[in-house]
Amino acid sequence: MSSSTLRHARHVVSENPVTGIALALFTFFVLAAILGPSLAPYDPLASNTMRALQPPSAQHWFGTDQIGRDIFSRVLVATRLDLGIAAASVALVFAMGGFAGLASGFFGGWVDQLVGRIADTIMAFPLFVLAMAIVAALGNTVPNIVLATAIINFPLYVRVARAETVQRREAGFVDAARIAGHRDIGVLLGQVAPNIMPIMVVQMSLTMGYAILNAAGLSFIGLGVRAPTPEWGIMVAEGAAFIVSGEWWVALFPGATLMTAVFCFNLLGDGVRDIVDPRRRT
Amino acid sequence: MIGNDPTPPGAAGSTLLDVAELSKRFPLRRGGFFGGGHTPMVHAVDDVSFTLARGETLGLVGESGCGKSTLVRLITRLTDPSSGSIRFGQRELAALPAKAFARDADRARIQIVFQDAGESINPRFTAADAIADPLRKLKGVTGADLKAKVEEAAALCGLPLELLDRFPHQLSGGQRARVGIARAIATRPDLLVLDEPTAALDVSVQVTILQLLVTLRETLGMSYVFVSHDLNVVRLLCDRVVVMYLGRIVEVGPASQVFANPLHPYTRGLVAAVPRLDGLRDDALRLAGDPRSPIDPDPNACRFHGRCPIGTDRCGTEMPALRRFAGGRQAACHYAEEPP
Amino acid sequence: MSAVLDVSDFSVEFRTRSGIVRALDRVAFTVGRGETMALVGESGSGKSVTAYALLGLLDAAGKITQGRAVLEGVDLTAASPGELARIRGKRAAMIFQNPRAALNPIRPIGQQIADVLRRHAGLSKRDAMAGAIDMLRQVGIPDPARRASAYPFELSGGMCQRVMIAIAVATRPALLIADEPTTGLDVTTQAVVMDIVAKLASETGMATILITHDLALAAERSARIAVMHAGHIVEDAATKTLLANPRHPYTRRLLAATPTAAGALSALRSIPGNLPDLRRDDLPPCRFAARCDRRLPGCDAGLVWRDIAPAQRIACWNPT
Repeated sequence: MSSSTLRHARHVVSENPVTGIALALFTFFVLAAILGPSLAPYDPLASNTMRALQPPSAQHWFGTDQIGRDIFSRVLVATRLDLGIAAASVALVFAMGGFAGLASGFFGGWVDQLVGRIADTIMAFPLFVLAMAIVAALGNTVPNIVLATAIINFPLYVRVARAETVQRREAGFVDAARIAGHRDIGVLLGQVAPNIMPIMVVQMSLTMGYAILNAAGLSFIGLGVRAPTPEWGIMVAEGAAFIVSGEWWVALFPGATLMTAVFCFNLLGDGVRDIVDPRRRT
Repeated sequence: MIGNDPTPPGAAGSTLLDVAELSKRFPLRRGGFFGGGHTPMVHAVDDVSFTLARGETLGLVGESGCGKSTLVRLITRLTDPSSGSIRFGQRELAALPAKAFARDADRARIQIVFQDAGESINPRFTAADAIADPLRKLKGVTGADLKAKVEEAAALCGLPLELLDRFPHQLSGGQRARVGIARAIATRPDLLVLDEPTAALDVSVQVTILQLLVTLRETLGMSYVFVSHDLNVVRLLCDRVVVMYLGRIVEVGPASQVFANPLHPYTRGLVAAVPRLDGLRDDALRLAGDPRSPIDPDPNACRFHGRCPIGTDRCGTEMPALRRFAGGRQAACHYAEEPP
Repeated sequence: MSAVLDVSDFSVEFRTRSGIVRALDRVAFTVGRGETMALVGESGSGKSVTAYALLGLLDAAGKITQGRAVLEGVDLTAASPGELARIRGKRAAMIFQNPRAALNPIRPIGQQIADVLRRHAGLSKRDAMAGAIDMLRQVGIPDPARRASAYPFELSGGMCQRVMIAIAVATRPALLIADEPTTGLDVTTQAVVMDIVAKLASETGMATILITHDLALAAERSARIAVMHAGHIVEDAATKTLLANPRHPYTRRLLAATPTAAGALSALRSIPGNLPDLRRDDLPPCRFAARCDRRLPGCDAGLVWRDIAPAQRIACWNPT
């Protein structure tokens, strides 16, 4: 099974080079997240005012910032935090929204009403403002950023899971499972859930990008991770002030990295669907 | 007991399933503010009674919307009846909620082969997973024993063991049908409901599946309820046949006789409409028009009234009862006559 | 009888990722005025591809590689997409399985028929609507003036198919292709729908190609049957001849597998083997050879179509 999955993954990648590029980028980001701190050439927190605002050079590939910290090291080290927040929030919303959507689509009735109202309520807010409000109210800690990012994505997951579940609720194999002795909850988790998994995984890959953007956005406006922790959003915020005076590298490199990460996860979505959907296997 | 079984199978022949006065009504959604006291009801199955002997194959025929599917869901206990009784062996199942029946001891004894084998197998399951599912849940079989039982069921259904690792989309229509049958017989049910099992298959494959079903019935001693719109297939496979029209039984009897000499005008029209290879068509019996609405039908009028070629005013004011005729036959028509 | 449609040497291929599917190979037949001919075969035999290819409805992967299909003197294989579109509306029409899906769900059925009359017959709005109501009457829809304003979802499957037929024949086409028109309908409805097609064909002299997997339906409704197997027409004969004296081994096998109003299940025989993979580069000349019990060494030399009796054409060296 796993070897055939691998073979299939290779086939999908060879068929679609964009997926290959996305996969390569993804691997690069994951490695950076894991190994970043040990690979960084400089201490990301060590300031050196003697070398402040140096343009990119052989010693400092991305240049240095206003208090002389090495931007390359900071961007590299920040990968773990940014990806970590995004991954945690996506996992959380996947569990909450996925289950709520499943139950809502499968049982209908008051469950559907309740879940629908909660999702509508969340959707009634401008989502980023809602995330700001949550973090502002609960305090800007990493767990709260994760929670806020998860909550604003909740309606999206509920909708996708619900729509996919409704489609399969009446499917023949659901009756077959009942005949085979499964209770409702067993049918829901054992039969319907695995079937909507491919689409949910694609959803996760797509929202991973938004989650990174959202976490960085919160930090950018000062409601997320606090300086001097290396984080892409803060770095862009700090660097923004220097663009007018010509020190473009301070904001550009963390910004470009952020953009590449979001881009990578969005591209990955299609490829992931091809890999996880068994019907595409030949 | 109703009817004579043309071929009582040995020591069996006792009644396995006794359905009496079974009805299922679905409420239509209320019409907004003015819904008032009365909710319109769809009478999907209305006052249906029949029996099935052990080892017997009973055909169930009728047009789409006649209530066959609902009746199948009732006797397989996927839906709860509005009223009536479903006696299975010595046990009354009608009062047992469908939710509770999912884990009932008798769940393993009533199984079903679904119409579209492709759609009724979870696309994430391999053939082996699908066949193992009822064994695991209903019989608690695990491990090596499970593997052996799955392979045994597959072998009985002529499914090559090397196909067991495949997903449904990797199987041909005939192979999928075999997986669906293997899954249904894995728990050795007494009653197997076959819901148009060959509707999606080409004739050449259909033959092998029908012959397999006959072999399985003999080897495993099952009783079949066989639902089909193809009357030729029903005639080939079934001992007796039940003809339904708009939720009610209009005719019951030995399959060969019902098709050769129908008593009810609806059955006559139905049989006459089946295309024949010999081209001997009886255009005089053409049934025009559509069935009436199943929503709140007039309880005092024959459901076939208005479309019936021989109907009279009496049919509009008096619901014909299912009367008994010679040869174990029954028909619900005021004007049905004893078969010659 | 002059031929309305004359198809010769007609081949179609589909380019797919897993290879070239040789879907139709040198298909040839003619249909005369007022004649109903059936194309019969199991799934994958190419009967629907034939219809789609004739009317230029193949998707981008499909391509007519050779042959001619002459409809009233116009070669459809050489016609531009624009010409084909005009021909489809006016001279050749098609009805499908699942008529409800083929109708526009948000337009009243009368309007949909009137649209065709306005576009292809150039009628005024008022005349088109009157024509539409008349068409509804001709296909046996009760109370046509009132039903004209009904939407497809308000009608039964049989009624929707009648509307499809009304749309198809509104412009008095020379050719009607009915692709499994009654699959999914009840037998009683099937009989009524087929009666309507037969009545319209005899009234207007329209040639009809009935595509079906149901040999009995074909036997009952057509004067001639062409049996298809894996992209070949293996036998083409008058219905009576084909049923009484099938000469191609596949036709014989197909008949032996078809349940009838008489006979027993044990008397039915399945057809051994499967359709060959049409993507293979080394397809044998006779695509039935691998399943055939009458195969000769000469079968690998090549396939020819020959008239074995008047009005009976087969593709077999060793007929039964």
